[in-house]
Amino acid sequence: MIRDITLGQYYPGNSVIHRLDARTKIIATLLYIVVLFMVKNFWGFLIAAAFMFAIIEFSRVPVRFIFRGLTAVFLIIAFTFVINLFMVDGRVLWEWKFLSITYEGVSRAFFMAVRLVLLIIGSSLMTLTTKPIELTDGLEKLLKPFSKIGLPSHEIALMMTIALRFIPTLMEETDKIIKAQQARGADFESGNLLYRAKALIPILIPLFINSFRIAQDLALAMEARCYHGGSGRTRMNEIKFHRGDVIAALLMAVFTGIIVLSRSL
Amino acid sequence: MAFISVRDLTLEFTKYDEEGRAESSNKALDTISLDIEKGSFTAVVGMNGSGKSTLAKCLNGLLLPTEGSVNVDGMDTSDDSHIWDIRSKVGMVFQNPDNQIVSSIVEDDVAFGPENLGIEPAEICRRVDDALRKVGMYEKKDKPAHMLSGGQKQRIAIAGAVAMRPDCIIFDEPTAMLDPSGRGKVMEIIKELNAEGITCILITHFMEEAAESDRIIALKDGRIASDSSPIDLFSDARLIEELGLELPPAIELRERLGMDKCVSNIEDMADEIRGRAQQGRNSFSE
Repeated sequence: MIRDITLGQYYPGNSVIHRLDARTKIIATLLYIVVLFMVKNFWGFLIAAAFMFAIIEFSRVPVRFIFRGLTAVFLIIAFTFVINLFMVDGRVLWEWKFLSITYEGVSRAFFMAVRLVLLIIGSSLMTLTTKPIELTDGLEKLLKPFSKIGLPSHEIALMMTIALRFIPTLMEETDKIIKAQQARGADFESGNLLYRAKALIPILIPLFINSFRIAQDLALAMEARCYHGGSGRTRMNEIKFHRGDVIAALLMAVFTGIIVLSRSL
Repeated sequence: MAFISVRDLTLEFTKYDEEGRAESSNKALDTISLDIEKGSFTAVVGMNGSGKSTLAKCLNGLLLPTEGSVNVDGMDTSDDSHIWDIRSKVGMVFQNPDNQIVSSIVEDDVAFGPENLGIEPAEICRRVDDALRKVGMYEKKDKPAHMLSGGQKQRIAIAGAVAMRPDCIIFDEPTAMLDPSGRGKVMEIIKELNAEGITCILITHFMEEAAESDRIIALKDGRIASDSSPIDLFSDARLIEELGLELPPAIELRERLGMDKCVSNIEDMADEIRGRAQQGRNSFSE
């Protein structure tokens, strides 16, 4: 049922990767993505892929969970592949009317596809091994230095926390509205696309109004609990770097070094 | 001086038309004066729109008086510099259990209040564990809040208020959206907290809940219509009718049994009946 939906796509566990500080994981993921764009040849990708599979092995997240994330973006990867296949000039391998496949095109297409796949696996591994709440906490800490130049880091993190908290509540609310409309004879399942889209309006409007009401209630409850912005606020679980984070940082540095070296292969 | 003292509190809501001109105004509260002593248990009753919730929101400065004053532990709620002190002393639990939980995880939510007060992390942990034990939800501390029942969510909300270590907690119809078992449990917790010395103010539609208090304030059209002990209020059947309330089941039974007016809640009632039955049996065997 709607009550059982999971938040984000967190895979509960207690592996070395799970225990890393969220900040470490966010930075490492960003670095990994940057490194992927530095790769120049297939040797580099081989190293990057091997590194990724080692991390997956350590995280104990079942591989099928990781590939589930790929199915959602399969279309994008296929599109990139096809575009690259046909659009690159060079030594022609195959030709038909205005379409031509070149040697460079094939190589570039595979190159881009592998890059995208690794990129998506890398970022989904982060969300799979980090609780949403830790992610928002980590993000708040990471953005903190930017608050000096006016970036509301605390507010951004709190907004994300509340959004995550209220996904299930709003889902329940939607469920209730749909049932109430169906009980009065509304039909959401037949008719063409336009008709069905129109049928959604009577759901969206009450949902919109309800979410404002909920926001008002919540604001009042937060004020009653002395919420007055991020200044002077402490946290129950202060996130701290541990030895694992240092090791992870070192490994990332070594990995980046190897990739840079692989460029000259 | 009383812990909370309200003097001639009047609160007007002004309706504006589309151009921003005041169209009409409506007195939600009208010259209310009352004192609430430390450690007391007060119930506030009245029909919908009688001003119960508005009064509650005035007591911790969520709403400010149009006229008159509200003092909490000697601090005026209109004084901006004390507002956070007042709110940390007077906690509040609202009606809708879903809309007052801020964080997805139970213990993170309970920690929200103490975090806002800027308390040390180790002390927050202690307070959160303590508060969760008090409401009997310690085992659920790392569960997602949306998986809990309404009654359990409301207990989390109470723990959230308790973790701030307030002197007083206002309960604004905390049981209105709960099933009977959740309701019973919440009432039990309120009574326990009161027994531990926390001043409790309970706004409710359920007369059997109001009957558990030391004092019932009945509101009608924004004015205090009656301020007395439960026994006195429930003895006045005409007043009850006038206020649009109903008698709690125990009182109803008492009236029908033609018993005297010294009991107002179920337990006392049962004792009384048991005593009488015993008396009857004794006189029969004599």
